[in-house]
Amino acid sequence: MPGLMRKRFVDVTAELIDAHPRLAVLTADLTAKAFDGVRARHPDRVVNVGIREQLLISMAGGLALAGVRPIAHSFAPFLVERPFEQIKLDLNHQGVGAVLVSAGGSYDIANSGRSHQSPGDVALLATLPDWTIQVPGHTDEAEAQLRAAAVTDDLVYLRLSNRSNTRAYVGAEEGFTTLRTGKRGVVLVVGPLADNVLAATDGLDVTVLYATRIRPFDNRTLRAAASGQDDLAIVLVEPYLAGTSVAEVTTALRGLRHRVLGLGVGREELRHYGSTRQHDIAHGLDAAGLRRSIANFLEE
Amino acid sequence: MTTATDPATGFPALKALMARMIGDEKHTGAATSTLETLWVLYEKVLRVDPSWVEERDRFFLSKGHGPMAYYAVLAAKGFFPADELDRFGRFRSPLGLHPDRLLVPGVEISSGSLGHGLPLAVGTALGLRIRGLSGPGDPSVWVLLGDAELDEGSNHEAIAFAGRAGFGQLNVVVIDNASASHGWPGGIEKRFAVEGWATARADGRDLAALGAAFTEDHPDRPRVVVAEVEQQLPTH
Repeated sequence: MPGLMRKRFVDVTAELIDAHPRLAVLTADLTAKAFDGVRARHPDRVVNVGIREQLLISMAGGLALAGVRPIAHSFAPFLVERPFEQIKLDLNHQGVGAVLVSAGGSYDIANSGRSHQSPGDVALLATLPDWTIQVPGHTDEAEAQLRAAAVTDDLVYLRLSNRSNTRAYVGAEEGFTTLRTGKRGVVLVVGPLADNVLAATDGLDVTVLYATRIRPFDNRTLRAAASGQDDLAIVLVEPYLAGTSVAEVTTALRGLRHRVLGLGVGREELRHYGSTRQHDIAHGLDAAGLRRSIANFLEE
Repeated sequence: MTTATDPATGFPALKALMARMIGDEKHTGAATSTLETLWVLYEKVLRVDPSWVEERDRFFLSKGHGPMAYYAVLAAKGFFPADELDRFGRFRSPLGLHPDRLLVPGVEISSGSLGHGLPLAVGTALGLRIRGLSGPGDPSVWVLLGDAELDEGSNHEAIAFAGRAGFGQLNVVVIDNASASHGWPGGIEKRFAVEGWATARADGRDLAALGAAFTEDHPDRPRVVVAEVEQQLPTH
């Protein structure tokens, strides 16, 4: 099973299922086998529904209506894009919560092509109210976010990735964390692109903020970081669709003259296979590509 | 079991209650097709009342369009004052063309878009099982669907899984007014039977026949009752 975050998700979920009698996990074949051990202990609370993603989400809603806390898991395109109406109606509209845990990110499974890529998942979920959207950049951050989500009744999306930063940032699961301070702009990076951004901004006089929770958006920390800038240039670096959170930046900085650059995965379909690294380069999200985009923007 | 029926709010009074809901309703045929089934469920089968205890039966109206009969039955059973029916569809009324569980006392799920009620009910049946509420005497889960609604593939995901999972407390009523665009050759029941469901068919206008069909025991597998009514003219 590729991906340290997904392995940690399985291990921690099994522990949580053992500990919390009203917690259940639903899968739609993907990752299901990894839950065999805990399923043997709790067959009614660890359920694989088969390749039925609409049912996956609706059952999560039905479980919540019955007073059970559901975790539903699949790859991002099958968890968010395919059953989006079920998310909108069987979770939001029913007024119930769930934890949706995706894997695969935008193009972690690059060689599988477009069907297994989901750069628009965060933008899509962000059209709905009340979602907490977590994009961890490290396995330890993902674990903390999962543990917190399991014991609430909230709507939580936990977007796991096969990639990881070299270190976790303690406390990053709540608001933005300051990784570096400077005077010529603010770079806000989300999740597993932090290492690339730190390398890209090496030697630049900019503040770097790090986010693992992108909704609700931490307006207060961004505004505080912006207040000390000579040039209010904001660069947003997101590991999913470029520009997903630009409107949030504008809201956070209302009343302050500023300019924003939204970097991320391009909207155009990239008809290539290959590796995650190659897709990073193609979208300008490797350290060299980010350096060019950020430096050019600061000079404009 | 629901509360005793007052003559003023019994089955004969339902049409008068429905008549109070006028305006933009576009699903009159759909509304009346469910009337007898809803009444028999609330009068004879469902253990629900406005006290809304945790151990109540669950009724999910999946076929959320045409809710006039549903609202009339809920008003007759005391879930909300009948005067609310006069404001049906208005901006500040809780009673819309599709029911909202957060607005209407007695409504278990918000519905309207087709193909959601049964998959939700499968989750609730599992939830009740998880909570140790799936034995004899524990809450049942009832879902009301339409034959055209079965066109939605989400239902078939749920039918297959529920059959294999053996949810004995799960019950489905399909109102069959032959409105599915391409029909169901061999009968709707076949789609359920092949997945292990118990099946039955009843006259959807016959209160006694519906009562008998709804009260048959099926402890180890879910059950569908196809309630046949006259064909409706298309409303869309």
